[in-house]
Amino acid sequence: MFVRGLKRKCFDGEEDIEGTLAGIKAIPSYNLQRQSLLDMSLVKLQLCHMLVEPNLCRSVLIANTVRQIQEEMTQDGTWQMINTQSTGQASLDRLVSTDILCRSSRDQAEGKHVPGYGTFNKDFESDQAQDSSETMSTASSVQAPRNLQSNVWEMENPQENKGNFQKSLDQIFETLENKSPNSVEDLFSEVDSSYYDLDTMLTGMMSNTKMGHCDSLETFSSPTNTASNSNCKSDLNDLDHIVEILVES
Amino acid sequence: ADIISTVEFNYTGDLLATGDKGGRVVIFQREQEAKSRPLSRGEYNVYSTFQSHEPEFDYLKSLEIEEKINKIRWLPQQNAAHFLLSTNDKTIKLWKISERDKRAEGYNLKDEDGRLREPFRVTELRVPTLKPMDLMVEASPRRTFANAHTYHINSISVNSDYATYLSADDLRINLWHLEVTNRSFNIVDIKPANMEELTEVITAAEFHPHQCNTFVYSSSKGTIRLCDMRSAALCDKHSKFFEEPEDPSSRSFFSEIISSISDVKFSHSGRYMMTRDYLSVKVWDLNMEKRPVETYQVHEYLRSKLCSLYENDCIFDKFECCWNGPDSTIMTGSYNNFFRTFERNTHRDTTLEASRESSKPRAILKPRKVCTTGKRKKDEITVDSLDFNKKILHTAWHPSENIIAVAATNNLYLFQEKMN
Repeated sequence: MFVRGLKRKCFDGEEDIEGTLAGIKAIPSYNLQRQSLLDMSLVKLQLCHMLVEPNLCRSVLIANTVRQIQEEMTQDGTWQMINTQSTGQASLDRLVSTDILCRSSRDQAEGKHVPGYGTFNKDFESDQAQDSSETMSTASSVQAPRNLQSNVWEMENPQENKGNFQKSLDQIFETLENKSPNSVEDLFSEVDSSYYDLDTMLTGMMSNTKMGHCDSLETFSSPTNTASNSNCKSDLNDLDHIVEILVES
Repeated sequence: ADIISTVEFNYTGDLLATGDKGGRVVIFQREQEAKSRPLSRGEYNVYSTFQSHEPEFDYLKSLEIEEKINKIRWLPQQNAAHFLLSTNDKTIKLWKISERDKRAEGYNLKDEDGRLREPFRVTELRVPTLKPMDLMVEASPRRTFANAHTYHINSISVNSDYATYLSADDLRINLWHLEVTNRSFNIVDIKPANMEELTEVITAAEFHPHQCNTFVYSSSKGTIRLCDMRSAALCDKHSKFFEEPEDPSSRSFFSEIISSISDVKFSHSGRYMMTRDYLSVKVWDLNMEKRPVETYQVHEYLRSKLCSLYENDCIFDKFECCWNGPDSTIMTGSYNNFFRTFERNTHRDTTLEASRESSKPRAILKPRKVCTTGKRKKDEITVDSLDFNKKILHTAWHPSENIIAVAATNNLYLFQEKMN
């Protein structure tokens, strides 16, 4: 199970290749487990989001778990540099895969647990300041296992939008918030009920467009819970426009 | 029969109320001792059934409001009628349950069947007389306390002043007067200005049994806050804060979820309170905030299964707990229709099962045991063969006698101490 502090092998240049290989196998296992927990949590959150009456306590607990995993992943240096944009027809596993925040090289250098581990990450990052001396010393010794590791990384990290992760979490809470009395929600409930369709969700339509969608929600949200009719009408027109975009994408 | 969602004895223990997922309330009454039927003492029979809440639709949010009864709380009896509060996610109702065993006969203006008499037939005046009739129990809604909660109500608690009560949802606690339905006072509000910053919700709340100014509320982070209503109108600042420091060696990704408190109950004495989290029950001394004075493991064997329980959502099950009359024993439920009792003085614990197969009427319950090691003894059950769909979330203990009510999904079991 996920006992934190699973012992990881420390790499240094003198360790033999076999030992290193065994160590590497232990690490992805923990990471894979953690990743699958993260994926599961995100699916649960998305499904929460789709339910008619989300259970707030459950959503909060799952979101906190996701945050915790994210924090640990950024501390461990298991961040990913993802540049490709997710397409409108992203599949479900893309939908649930997370985006891990990139960190500065300062954190990289501090990664005590697995310096070699950190080296693998550097290969995948293009815009991080590299500590070249560190790279050099460990590069040669871990030449062989690197391929294995890189395969694992590709497996674990399909393409996602950069920096989407935190946004997704916030969006989920925003939308949960929108379940409460809010003039925007009124408009929304009339506009497009397929928004809450699980099928629509799963085709990935929402993942790509939700961000823009929620941004526009920000502009519409009013502080009070009573909105005049005229406000509603003009907002409705704008929302119609947005929904058209959503449907077309 | 629907899934039972709450169980509650009244102050004397003569009445037992259950609420279910379909919005119905069923009240059982204890049979009076009768010489002709000596064994019937202690039996509870249906006294009244009524539909408390109906499903509603919130047009503003396009959301359905479930009619499931989340909690029932009795009011102390002040006259011949009985009063209880029942709540669903959004609305609290005060119900009056009264008996009618007499009927007036001999009206002047109407016939026995209720039809108006022809005026020319009224030739003399008579005084109506009261005649006995079959007992009829009527339930009528006396107050409806609505539109005060944005989030789902999880608790109601009657104050010891018997005039006010609190209702708590995920983020707010409101104070009501039993006579006033159009106004309630918000006494706790933990909603952040920005909902994105939300990390903690209220899970349960209860008034102190004797101090009418004191109440506690528990959170999803495993903390309990005691508040004094005399200190401020808005009790966002607690008077006492109860939290057990986390054990760093057992930390996992599920630590927070399993620390979330699902129920909090004051002892009858008012000196202690009990909290239920996923794996344990803790007894706190109100005078000590640093840690509980007693901790009881309910089903520690589940700790290694947390990932599966997270996957199937069982980890979010909200178990309740209860005290016996003298506060010497505590009880809570588990899976596989098991429920556990813990004797505080002797540290003896028992696991019992509420199921038709394992208990015949009047038979003594056999203690059960879950096998945690590799070798399974006879009559033991392995962790993997536990049925996680059979969960006992709601239990209640008679206020003065050793009679317990256990709700197992859609069945209600009543057990009592064997008399010799």
